[in-house]
Amino acid sequence: MAKNVKVYSTSTCPWCIRVKQFLKDNNIEFENFDVSQDRAAADEMMNKTGQMGVPVLDIEGEIIVGFDQERIKAALGL
Amino acid sequence: MKTYDLIIVGAGPAGITAGVYAARGRMDFLIISLDVGGQAAWSGDIENYTGYQFISGIELMEKFQEHMRQYGMAFKEKEEVLEISGSGNLIAVKTDKEVYQCRSLIIASGKRSKELGVPGEKEFKNRGLTYCATCDGPLFSGKDVAVIGGGNSALDAALQLIKIAKHVYIVHNARDLSGDAIMIQKVRQAPNVTVIDDSLVVAVSGGRFLSGIKIRSASAERDLAVQGVFVEIGLVPNSAFFPGIKKNSSNEIIVDSRNRTSLKGVFAAGDVTDVPEKQIIVAAGEGAKAALGAFKFLATGRF
Repeated sequence: MAKNVKVYSTSTCPWCIRVKQFLKDNNIEFENFDVSQDRAAADEMMNKTGQMGVPVLDIEGEIIVGFDQERIKAALGL
Repeated sequence: MKTYDLIIVGAGPAGITAGVYAARGRMDFLIISLDVGGQAAWSGDIENYTGYQFISGIELMEKFQEHMRQYGMAFKEKEEVLEISGSGNLIAVKTDKEVYQCRSLIIASGKRSKELGVPGEKEFKNRGLTYCATCDGPLFSGKDVAVIGGGNSALDAALQLIKIAKHVYIVHNARDLSGDAIMIQKVRQAPNVTVIDDSLVVAVSGGRFLSGIKIRSASAERDLAVQGVFVEIGLVPNSAFFPGIKKNSSNEIIVDSRNRTSLKGVFAAGDVTDVPEKQIIVAAGEGAKAALGAFKFLATGRF
């Protein structure tokens, strides 16, 4: 079954674009939250990670900060 | 171990352009870089790259990637070069993952943001302290923030932040701001900016997230309550991994008009070098020159 993937990002950060591109290239469906527009999502991200850097991925509860390709692959079982 | 014709360190405008020329010269080469686009990817609006009257840093980065893909370049991304040694016909490039060797090398590793070097900086990085207003600015809507620095990049950050943050303090260590007159004027006209001259940041503090900085002037030391700190105090070249090469007093790699360095077979291009202007288009042009230089060196053996 497809995993529940959330991406916290902004439209201006290059690594966010890379992360989303990576997920699309691997046919992974995800829900994107633009934390620059969505205050509640920004707070949620900060609570989950204790930091403000984007992108952040939440893959079935596993939190990954930054475009950490190895960890993302492992979490998705790619 | 395989010996490449050429290894290019860095995938910003200089490194990628060098790659395009190397691919067209049918060289057997490899690009190693932590990221794609380098500083250009973090630029807001670019209006001085020929052919594009207007393009954002992100869009230009995507165009660069397309260009790389078109030529099917061998690319080791997210790999950090730790040490380079040797010259002439055998150069060893050690990264955090592997060791490679090559017969010629182009260093196009660019520059990175200079750090404040004060207590709390590392601890609060990404917890309120950042080096990129373009990326992280939007997270500070309605908050009080400080921009550290008084040059163009600091003013650029401040101008982005005045639209987002509640109040913007500009803290810098000179008597006057040093950026372009037109930017200084815009900053001075903004209703929510306070410029604090002649002051140094001496500490960054907070709890779970950053909540303030300590600043020192000639006469006093005081605390400033801010939730965001944007460090814009200049750049340093990424050149530490090559101790054996000649650099200037700013640690930029010294190159001649053909992008040759002090070591045989080793070329350098872009912001990591002592080339006078740090511009995307200049870096791209320098990358092309370096690749053509490496090509001639391999073909003739003359450096």
